[in-house]
Amino acid sequence: MLTGRAFKFGDNISTDHITPGRLAHLRSNLPELAKHVMEDADPTFASRVTLGDFIVAGANFGLGSSREHAPLVINMVGVSAILAKSVARIFFRNAINLGLPVLICDTDKINDGDKLEVDLIAGTVNDITNGNRLTFSQIPEVMLCILGEGGLIPYIKKYGDFRL
Amino acid sequence: MGKTLAEKILSQKSGSDALAESIVVAEVDLVFAQDTTGPLTIRQFQTSGFEHLANPNKTALFLDHAAPSPNYGLSSDHILLRRFAQQTSCLIFDVGDGICHQLVAESLAKPGDIIIGADSHTVTAGGLGAFATGMGSSDIAIAFGLGKTWFRVPESIKVVVTGNFPGGVYAKDLILHLIGNIGANGATYKALEFSGDTVDSMAMSQRFTIANMAVEAGAKAGLFAADNITKDYLISQGRGNHYQSVFPDADATYEQTINIDVAELEPTISKPHTVDNIVLARELKGTEIQQVFLGTCTNGRLEDLAIAANILKGKKCHPETRLIVAPASRQVLLAAIKAGYIQKLIKAGAVILPPGCGACLGLHQGVLGDGESCLSTANRNFRGRMGNPRAFIYLGSPATAAATAITGKITDPREVV
Repeated sequence: MLTGRAFKFGDNISTDHITPGRLAHLRSNLPELAKHVMEDADPTFASRVTLGDFIVAGANFGLGSSREHAPLVINMVGVSAILAKSVARIFFRNAINLGLPVLICDTDKINDGDKLEVDLIAGTVNDITNGNRLTFSQIPEVMLCILGEGGLIPYIKKYGDFRL
Repeated sequence: MGKTLAEKILSQKSGSDALAESIVVAEVDLVFAQDTTGPLTIRQFQTSGFEHLANPNKTALFLDHAAPSPNYGLSSDHILLRRFAQQTSCLIFDVGDGICHQLVAESLAKPGDIIIGADSHTVTAGGLGAFATGMGSSDIAIAFGLGKTWFRVPESIKVVVTGNFPGGVYAKDLILHLIGNIGANGATYKALEFSGDTVDSMAMSQRFTIANMAVEAGAKAGLFAADNITKDYLISQGRGNHYQSVFPDADATYEQTINIDVAELEPTISKPHTVDNIVLARELKGTEIQQVFLGTCTNGRLEDLAIAANILKGKKCHPETRLIVAPASRQVLLAAIKAGYIQKLIKAGAVILPPGCGACLGLHQGVLGDGESCLSTANRNFRGRMGNPRAFIYLGSPATAAATAITGKITDPREVV
């Protein structure tokens, strides 16, 4: 069970909102890069987010670049899962590869600052603040296996190959 | 049962009946990273415990995003990539060689290949019939080590393009129009497969422009059949032996079919801050532009520079508008010098950048100031993309870019030619 607060964002939050290209010189200095996470979507996010909190977004979250640094710094600042109406393909794969759950659900029913409980096994989101109970779409089996090992690198270290 | 291009290539390479929605593991013919994704790729490769590349001659690194490096942080990343290439004997393309996707097209990609790169515009190689898609550093690191990866076989959307392009209208206008119609996530997880009379006679440079932007509709791949035009292109690159014809089956199953008659299109612009926010260039007439950027993996090829040079020939850029030009590769730059395009552009007031990504992603070489607007031939106009979240990016064709450089305001190129 994951618990934390919702940080609400809109549609089409791109990888440039999360980790802009102008900070590319910090990509080999991840703790410094993480201080700027989501900066161009909400400059106050990095200072307010705490361990376990959720990013709750609209449609097409993470569109744009293949830069894995985007889900990496989101993971580093303690976000326990991303909830969105839909997510861009490369970002989805990158997040799962880093062990960061991305859950597709109707995020209109969650408000900024709501306290959430997410049950990854049952596939449910419980909005404690407003009482709404949501279900999220099933993650594809292959990605569930990777997520279950904590990401792609630990998965490959364990099995030595793809086991489909 | 007939197969789409995506299904055909993934079936052949995975040795299985790879129909849409199935999951396959396939060997890759090329796996690469560039200088902003490569350092993390190398660290993930090392964390995974790999010591050797599965296929050094099918693994490449490109120093193109920060080329030459604007600061010591990125210079150190370049050192890391060069050392890794020395240690592993992989291919490396250094500062000044050009943009990874252009170099992959010129020198490496073959029809029927599977190509994965740690860069979202890896889809560009779909222009010559390769199944090419972007992935992140972890996936690329594992493919460095294992020589393969897993794919969900995408459903395909068939885009049938017919008619003749009116004067001043190009492939860029077509792909902006398509993305505007289906939306920035209109093809997420899917492949866009382009066909029709217009595509059958379309030059490779325009096919690459369209394939390049498939990802801006969320697509996993933007695919063209490999035909005689592909063959002639490979021959011109000294790679005629790399050609094989690749076509979808006539009875392939598509998720949907979209028909576009290009005769009905007009010069098109994507407004800030999403690519699907399209309007016609004439509808933005009068919008002041401080910077015009001609280049990138979308529109930095010889044919693109030719279009702009011919419009700007004997004319001057507007005094309040700067024109920045970045050829996509060393080969493009040399050919553009030989053809006289670079001289025409410089005389019109352009500044020429070294081959590479240039100003596109906001690292250097054309960062926008507060409140400034740029007309760019690139593929993205997200907030902050060109280095400043308080700036505005409009996307258009090389012709629209050249016309806008002359007037200093967004201009339909049909008004100046």
